[in-house]
Amino acid sequence: MKLRVYLNFDKEKVTEPVIWKLAKKFDVITNIRTAEVKEDMGLVGLEIEGKTEVVEAAVKWLEAQDGVHVEPIEQSIVEG
Amino acid sequence: MSKSIVRALKCRECGQEYPIEPTHVCEFCFGPLEVVYDYEKLEGKFTRELIESRPQNMWRYKELLPIDGEPKVGANNGFTPLIRADRLAKALGVKELYIKNDSVCYPTLSFKDRVVAVALSKAVEFGFTTVACASTGNLAGSVAANATAAGLESYVFIPEDLEQGKVLGAAVFGTNIIAIKGQYDDVNRLCSEVAGKYGWAFVNVNVRPFYAEGSKSMGYEIMEQLGWKAPKHVVVPMASGSLCTKIDKSIKEFIKLGLIEDTGTAVYGAQATGCSPISKSVKDGTDMIHPVKADTIAKSLAIGNPADGFYANRVIKESGGWCEDVTDEEVIDAMKLLAETEGIFAETAGGVTLGCTIKLLESGKLPKDEPIVICITGNGLKTQEAVINEVAKPRLIGASLKEFDVLAEADGVKSND
Repeated sequence: MKLRVYLNFDKEKVTEPVIWKLAKKFDVITNIRTAEVKEDMGLVGLEIEGKTEVVEAAVKWLEAQDGVHVEPIEQSIVEG
Repeated sequence: MSKSIVRALKCRECGQEYPIEPTHVCEFCFGPLEVVYDYEKLEGKFTRELIESRPQNMWRYKELLPIDGEPKVGANNGFTPLIRADRLAKALGVKELYIKNDSVCYPTLSFKDRVVAVALSKAVEFGFTTVACASTGNLAGSVAANATAAGLESYVFIPEDLEQGKVLGAAVFGTNIIAIKGQYDDVNRLCSEVAGKYGWAFVNVNVRPFYAEGSKSMGYEIMEQLGWKAPKHVVVPMASGSLCTKIDKSIKEFIKLGLIEDTGTAVYGAQATGCSPISKSVKDGTDMIHPVKADTIAKSLAIGNPADGFYANRVIKESGGWCEDVTDEEVIDAMKLLAETEGIFAETAGGVTLGCTIKLLESGKLPKDEPIVICITGNGLKTQEAVINEVAKPRLIGASLKEFDVLAEADGVKSND
């Protein structure tokens, strides 16, 4: 499966190679499609491709990282 | 004049264009897609006279809404009052104040009836028979009502802790109402998965580019009702930030089409302090939106990671406007002030908008001697919990004139005797 997510990185995580670690830990193809990194915040649009269960485990790992916020690409779909 | 002038869907980031389909994300860069038009096709044809000759609903501007021909859903939606709010203006020390009152929008008393009318009309054009949304209230009710009136099946996803009034306000229309256990983020995630898996029109996912365009009708109406003028200053509540960008787009379109003069409109954004990522970004002078965990009574504005935050931020800065945010107490005070001065019972989001307007006036960001329009987007009857303990309870007396006389005397009321 292919999953598309936005990753928000807090200040303390901006300098960490989080996506490299992800690809080392899980058998997934990571494909950065958009990115904006500043000293106090990073935003990355990432496509993660692999076996469904591996992709799901990879996302769970990302979500467990402090200072990393994972949003499905369909972000903020709950409205007033 | 039934030929659509819609050209394409265009990525707001990289500019890639796509055909008109139920899709919302750029395949290349994941940027959001927006409907773009060939305005030159309307040159000389879309006039004030033509618009004024049409029925008073949002479709009098249909050439600028992304539908083919006539609307399939919500044919009577929109066209709410723009009132001159002199009593509120006096209370605030403002010379000229207007309220665009979407708390009485047909049929479900919020501006969501505008966006839903476009989203569902487009969904029918695309051949969908089931429509869906994830919502904390207003959108749920609007999708449920407009769908049922058009004979569409609907699924409405809500957080499990939603107020009873809002659950009822959707359930009464016979929709499939699904409450989700968990936090806001869990609802978000599940619905994005549902949207990808089932062949439904999810109004704010796969038909979002069309849905969002419906907000422009609020801006068109304001300009027509001001006597074909753009507002000098307009204050808009912000959840995703979409309304803010669409009001701005509506003004630019009317200028481009020669319907109004460009008098320079400053757009101001209003948020609750408990969920103010856009306001914070403007105040901090950055264009990056830091997601927050929402904690505010203004639940209809409680979007912690606003999809259009970046674009709202840009509109506000480029137009010369500003942002403000208010506490829950300030929200309630503003709701009461609006009700007691103008007889308008707005929902909590209205309290946010007026509360922020007051703060912007106090800080001098909004000038008191120039015309200001405040956008009220929802009805207070839906968020009664917010003020239920803040208003006077009825004074109980027996059915006797004597008892009333005592009460009247205490109030200083004189009788005719």
